[in-house]
Amino acid sequence: MYKVKVFVTLKESVLDPQGKAVQQSLTNLGYQGVQDVRIGKYMELSIDGSSQDVEATVKEVCEKLLSNPVIEDYRYEIEESVQQ
Amino acid sequence: MKFAVVVFPGSNCDVDMLHAVKDELGQEAEYVWHDADDLSQYDGILLPGGFSYGDYLRSGAIAHLSKVMAEVKKAAEAGKPVLGVCNGFQILLESGLLPGAMLRNKNLKFICKPVELKVENNETMFSSLYEKGESIKVPVAHGEGNYYCDEETLRALQENNQIVFTYADDVNGSLQNIAGIVNERGNVLGMMPHPERAVDELLGSADGLKLFQSIVKQWRESHVVNA
Repeated sequence: MYKVKVFVTLKESVLDPQGKAVQQSLTNLGYQGVQDVRIGKYMELSIDGSSQDVEATVKEVCEKLLSNPVIEDYRYEIEESVQQ
Repeated sequence: MKFAVVVFPGSNCDVDMLHAVKDELGQEAEYVWHDADDLSQYDGILLPGGFSYGDYLRSGAIAHLSKVMAEVKKAAEAGKPVLGVCNGFQILLESGLLPGAMLRNKNLKFICKPVELKVENNETMFSSLYEKGESIKVPVAHGEGNYYCDEETLRALQENNQIVFTYADDVNGSLQNIAGIVNERGNVLGMMPHPERAVDELLGSADGLKLFQSIVKQWRESHVVNA
């Protein structure tokens, strides 16, 4: 069993109004040094299979459903999890 | 003309959509559940607004993989009119039937109000009864209606005259104030404003009626020619 962490973020070229609002709020809190905030999604998947298959599956599901390639990028980390 | 109003779990404008074509226009129309596997008996497909599957992940992301969408694609390929309003538009974007994607509104607020639209293209089966440049009043109700696409796609939309409606004022941050677009073939329209909520002066506006009437007109004309 593999534990997969998927991070989906808006592309650099896409404005993130939510991140901008949070950054503004941090500035108001006194954190002048925080120049930029980008908000994304974090997902955890548990996948059964060989390590090669798992990687192929992760790519496929990221492209088909977990991210929208028009506006988002994704990256992932695969960890082998200890059988319970 | 017989319409299918596709209902997903979480659709909430299906009743208004059925009312627009059935009661206002006197056409046949039926609700079709999201797991339907045959839409061949319908002449037009309407995807209503709402929050399909709770808008989980992204608006329209889960709905676009539902069983009925394969049938909606077939209908689009057959040249039948397919109209997606609000969440229906988002589903069409996710399914790739229309280009681009929706971002959250620029001001991060859910915007629910009547807005002024400009008819940019009246040479589509959805807009033929409007004048080019006509100003119409139609309500919007969305949190993610900030239309986005890359420059290349935008150029293609402009060159092919695929932008059908724009907002008269910047409502939600949409690129070029885009409110509604058609596919290249011109038989799939997606728009964020709700024409089905503007079909009677009692509702504040009847400007949405012409959109549905345009669809019926085109269907009648094509079927008279074929008869």
